[in-house]
Amino acid sequence: MYKIFEPNKIFHFTSKAPKYVLVLFIVFLSIGLLEALILSPEDYKQSDAVRIMYVHVPAAWISLGIFSSLTLFSIFGFILKNKNFFLISKSLAPSGFVFTLIALVTGSIWGKPTWGTWWVWDARITSMLILALFYLMYLIVWRIYDFEEKVYKISTFISILGIINVPIIKYSVDWWNTLHQPASINILSESSIHSSMLYPLLMMTAAFALFSLLIFLMKYNTELIKIKNKGLDRL
Amino acid sequence: MINEIFYMNGYAVYVLSAFSFTLLSFLGLYLVTKVQFVREQNKFVTKFGTLNTEQAKSAKLQRINNEILSEAINN
Repeated sequence: MYKIFEPNKIFHFTSKAPKYVLVLFIVFLSIGLLEALILSPEDYKQSDAVRIMYVHVPAAWISLGIFSSLTLFSIFGFILKNKNFFLISKSLAPSGFVFTLIALVTGSIWGKPTWGTWWVWDARITSMLILALFYLMYLIVWRIYDFEEKVYKISTFISILGIINVPIIKYSVDWWNTLHQPASINILSESSIHSSMLYPLLMMTAAFALFSLLIFLMKYNTELIKIKNKGLDRL
Repeated sequence: MINEIFYMNGYAVYVLSAFSFTLLSFLGLYLVTKVQFVREQNKFVTKFGTLNTEQAKSAKLQRINNEILSEAINN
């Protein structure tokens, strides 16, 4: 079944997709920015500072989603001995790392007007910082090792260790007393966020997801061409 | 209206710096990824140009190689 993921078969699609994804991203981002900065209402407590939520929350969601996918593909690659799954994982990591940084920095900027401090070592923020470190370790491993088998083993090990941190990030606000507020959006129960704020938030999340897809496709194509370059050397 | 956007009840400096950081990070990541892609694509085209007729014929048997070349030409 996983043969459908073979690079030779999917390059035809992945090489053409980025330009369409880029157009979609620009459309969603433009609407999202208009909604987030101008049309959405201010919060009765936080006033206009709440608008930082429209970049902070989607960045945090996407960074967690990317790390979960990266781990899943690494495990599949390891079990099925399929190199392409590792390429997919490797191509996901750069955008995941940048989204984690965005979540940390925008969270810090949001913290100053609402909590009166740029940084606190509370459970949610510290666990997000740990996620950034796992992303960094994962990226460094791919840079420093040449021997493929070793990279596959170490990167899978790092991703499995890192995935333990993902539920900790999610439930840290429930398990410990933190300065960070609990989740306002729940899939299983009713969300406490008004639709006038939920709509721009979902729009920005869609834009961020499209951007991560764009970077993934570009990075994946680069990795495929790198392999083909090595193939030409062997001819 | 414009004043409201740039004032935001005194929070504009925080809101706009958070949005600016995000958009600049996007731009930076996009440019770095694009440069890496174009560099590999150019390397491929250069290497392909140095192949002899037999090697080129054998390389062209793989559909993906033809697609990389055509994408490079279109770009």
